[in-house]
This record gives sequence, C-alpha cells and structure tokens, in this order.
Amino acid sequence: MAVAVTPGFDVEAVRQDFPALAARVHGRPLVYLDSGASAQKPRVVLDAMHEFLANRYANVHRGVHALSQSASAEYDAARETARRFLGAADAAEVIFTAGTTAGINLVAQSWGRATLRAGDEILVTELEHHSNLVPWQLIAAQTGAVVRALPIAPDGDLDLEAIGALLTARTRLVALAHVSNVLGTVVPVRRVADLAHAAGALLLVDGAQSAPHLPIDVQALGADFFVCSGHKLYGPTGVGLLYGRLDLLAAMPPWQGGGGMVERVTLEKTTFAPPPSRFEAGTPPIAEAIGLAAAIDYLSGLDAGALQAYEETLLRHAEEAVAGVAGVRIMGHPARRVGALSFVMEGVHPHDVGTILDRDGVAVRAGHHCAQPLMRRLGVGGTVRASFGLYNTAADVEALVASLRGVRKVMAL
Amino acid sequence: MSSLGELYQSLILDHNRAPRNYRAMPDADSKAEGYNPLCGDQLSLYLKFDGDRIADVSFQGNGCAISRASASLMTTEIKGKTRQEAARMFEGFHRMITEGRTQSAEKLPPKLGAFAGVAEFPARVKCAALAWHALRQALDEGTDTPKEKEHSHAV
Repeated sequence: MAVAVTPGFDVEAVRQDFPALAARVHGRPLVYLDSGASAQKPRVVLDAMHEFLANRYANVHRGVHALSQSASAEYDAARETARRFLGAADAAEVIFTAGTTAGINLVAQSWGRATLRAGDEILVTELEHHSNLVPWQLIAAQTGAVVRALPIAPDGDLDLEAIGALLTARTRLVALAHVSNVLGTVVPVRRVADLAHAAGALLLVDGAQSAPHLPIDVQALGADFFVCSGHKLYGPTGVGLLYGRLDLLAAMPPWQGGGGMVERVTLEKTTFAPPPSRFEAGTPPIAEAIGLAAAIDYLSGLDAGALQAYEETLLRHAEEAVAGVAGVRIMGHPARRVGALSFVMEGVHPHDVGTILDRDGVAVRAGHHCAQPLMRRLGVGGTVRASFGLYNTAADVEALVASLRGVRKVMAL
Repeated sequence: MSSLGELYQSLILDHNRAPRNYRAMPDADSKAEGYNPLCGDQLSLYLKFDGDRIADVSFQGNGCAISRASASLMTTEIKGKTRQEAARMFEGFHRMITEGRTQSAEKLPPKLGAFAGVAEFPARVKCAALAWHALRQALDEGTDTPKEKEHSHAV
C-alpha cells in the first residue's frame, strides 16, 4: 500500500540530512524504528557541535577572555532557542539539564523536598516511564508523601473518570507523560492541567516522547513544569530541558551545589543565583546545548503542520500493516497516537522477535520499555515497539512487515 | 546455516515449545530465582538432592525462546549429576556461550552444543545464561532447607 505524499514535506530530502541512515546492518540497509529510544542526528547538529568544539570552545560565564565571552553568548542563544521551542515566556524559565530523567529528579528533589509533607500526594499514571515514577517514589520515601496512580482504560487512554477520586485536596502535584513511550497515547494534558489546578495541584509534564512529534507550548498546555531530552529530539545525548514557571523556580532551593549557581560564598554561608543559574551547578553541557539548539533550528526549518500530518499518516499506515501480520496483536487503541506502536506476536517472546528483525536490518526495541507497571496492566511481560522519526518512510513499514512475516517461520510455528 | 538458523535450531525450538521438567516442586531442597532486570525475564529453579547427587530438577518462569530452551535442556542434562559435575558443566556452558565452540565445549553433553550459536548474539548471552546462573546459586546455597534469594545475574 502506498502512503499518500504529504504536500510540504519531502521525506527523501530529509533522509539525506541524516548520515546514520545510510548504515548497513548485517549486510542489509538499516531500517531504524527505534527513535523513541534515541533519534538519529542531522548533519547540522554534528557540524554545529564540531565547529564550536574545534574553533570557539571555552567555558561559559567564567572568563573575561574572548573565547569564553563568545561561548557564553552561544550558550545563552541556545537557551533562547529552547525558550522559543517550548513557548516559555522568559528564558530564565528554561534550565539545561542532562536529560528528562535529570529534570524530573531536579523537580522532585528541589521543589518536592521543600514542599512535600507527610500525607501529601503525588499523582502519576499507569502510562509512566520509570523516570517519571521512581524519582517520586524516592522523594515520597524521604518526605512521607504518597504516590498514587491514575489508571488507564483498556484502549490505552487515561481513565479520566477515575481522576475525581484520585485528585484530592492532598494532591500537590500531578506528574504525567504527554505521550506514552510504549503505546504512543497522546494524553489530554490541558484537561488534566485544568483539573489539577482546580484541585490546587501543580502539573509536571514529561515531554520526552511528545517534543519530537507535537508542537509544544508550555503555557497553552498549562504545564507548571515540562521536561524533555535532547537526544530524542534529533540532538545530542547529555542535554535536556526543564521548563519551570518563574515564580515556582524563584522559590525553589538549589538541588546540587557548586560553581556557577551562587551569588556570594563565604566559608559559612552562600546566597544563590536566581534561576536558571541556580539550577545549573558546575560546567554545563555547553557543546550539547549548542547541538540541541541546532536540532531545534533544523526542526523549525520544516513545515510543522506538514511534518505532523506526514508522521501521523505513516503511523496509521504502520498500525494497519502490522495488525495484518498473522498472530500479531497491537497493544491499545488510544484515541490519538504519535511516535510509537507496541505489539506482541502470539507464541513468540518480544526478544526473539527483536533478534530476528535485527538480522533483516530492522531496529526495534523489545522488552518492558522502562514501564513495568504498564506491562503489568497490559498483562504482558514485554512488547515489541516500533517507534518513528521524521525520516521514516512507507518503505520502512514494508520492511518491518516483511521481516515480521518471517518470524513465525524462523520459530517453526 | 545462517547465524539466525544456528541460534534458533530445531532442538532449541522444540524445548521452547515443549519445555521439559516444567513444573513447581513444593518439596524442593533448594530453590533459586533467576531474574534479568533488563528484560524482565524470570525463572524459578527447583532442585532435590540424594546425597551429593541431583535427584530431581524442575523450573517455571517467563522468558524468551533462548532462556526457556536453555533452562529446559539444562534440567535434562544435570539430573543425576553430582554437585561438582553440574558446577563443571556450568563453567563449560558459560565459556561456550561467550566464546563460541571451544575445546572446553567439546566436553559438554552434545545437546548443549546447540547453544554455541548464542556467542554470535552478544545481546542474547544473558538469556541462555539465566537458568545456569540460578543453578550455580542453588548449588552454592542449597543444602538442607529450601532457600529463596533474588538473583540478578550479570554475564
């Protein structure tokens, strides 16, 4: 089946921008369907980092010399690029972190430690990645707070009917994924934000899987905190973004102490810099921030509406095609899905499927996807996940399906 | 044979479909848990001894074809062996799945040679090793009373 060409988006031209896609695996052309784990990088990101490191590198906000000044200016410009990408009102609301996990831990250990009291509640959902679950369990154990979870309905959407009983006067924070890393479910964040705020709770949005696929506007979403990772956004590893509402950040104590986050230090006492510096102790990931800004600029250069239409059309096509393979069951049928598709094959463990696909050059992820509570809820030990980036094509889907058709033969089923 | 065919050969597929000694053993002398936190694969291994000899062995659990077939074949090969013989078999098996078919592998029971192809799939070595690590733990710990201990193995 051919997928209609989306006007305004030329996927073949985009593919030329990603050197890694030319790789061969086990003698076959690479079919990369693991962008949900980490996305490939366009050449402009590699070039931006290389040029900075080769020609203009120095530490930031430290030196009076020319290189340090220009590195600082580039780092600050990267923050402004990130601010625009997130739709934040003020660049001081954007903190460079090591990634989504680091951002959530920062909020848990800074805001959480200062705010949570015994009996307070943090509401997560059954869709969460471990990184939006474990940090809350840790701070709950330290403060006596309680973590509760909003269930999902059988189709893989959040069961919003259940939120009334779970969102109470004791709820301090709702922390939830914008898009499920397993099912691709798009969560109605704005509705949850309104409910959370009406109950007096804050909202943290885990945007690791949404930022690569959906336009982000933290203010329109009603997010008090929003976190995402650079490496899933076609940028480098080791850098991520934390957005926090300025009044919240200004009231939050530091998480880690060190250089660059202080105003005045004596041997007895330290006063701290305002955000964002307060939350960026030590030398930040300078080249990585610049690489992430290059990735954001690359995405901004594409027609966002056309790209989104292309990605959603391709994912719908993939869902239909994969569902047509004998013995395959697609996990969940959420109202809206982006980025990822999970499935199981009757009688074949996901890891065996993954190994067999790999020999055909098809890279997927198999296992629990760092979402063990969701696996338990779905009644499976693991799934096979095909996850998509802006460079995937209908030919990739055909290759996936062809390889899947061979699995049962290899397994003599 | 392709490396994929070498990995999923008929003996392995047969033991995956119809695992031998797949049952709980309420009166086991020793019980060990194998768990791989990376993939969530899990198995329980039960041993009953007659003096120094493994009189009975069984397992239950969830895992991929490689881990399931490996556990099944292991149970058929270690039944009747002494602790020392089983421990030596562990060493030989582990060397074979990490290094491929070597001289030490030739001392193994021939059927275990079916797993030599695993060495070509580094990501799957831990699957083949899961039951064997549980065995070593059960041999180290299992004496008079059944014991349980979570065991996260590393290859």
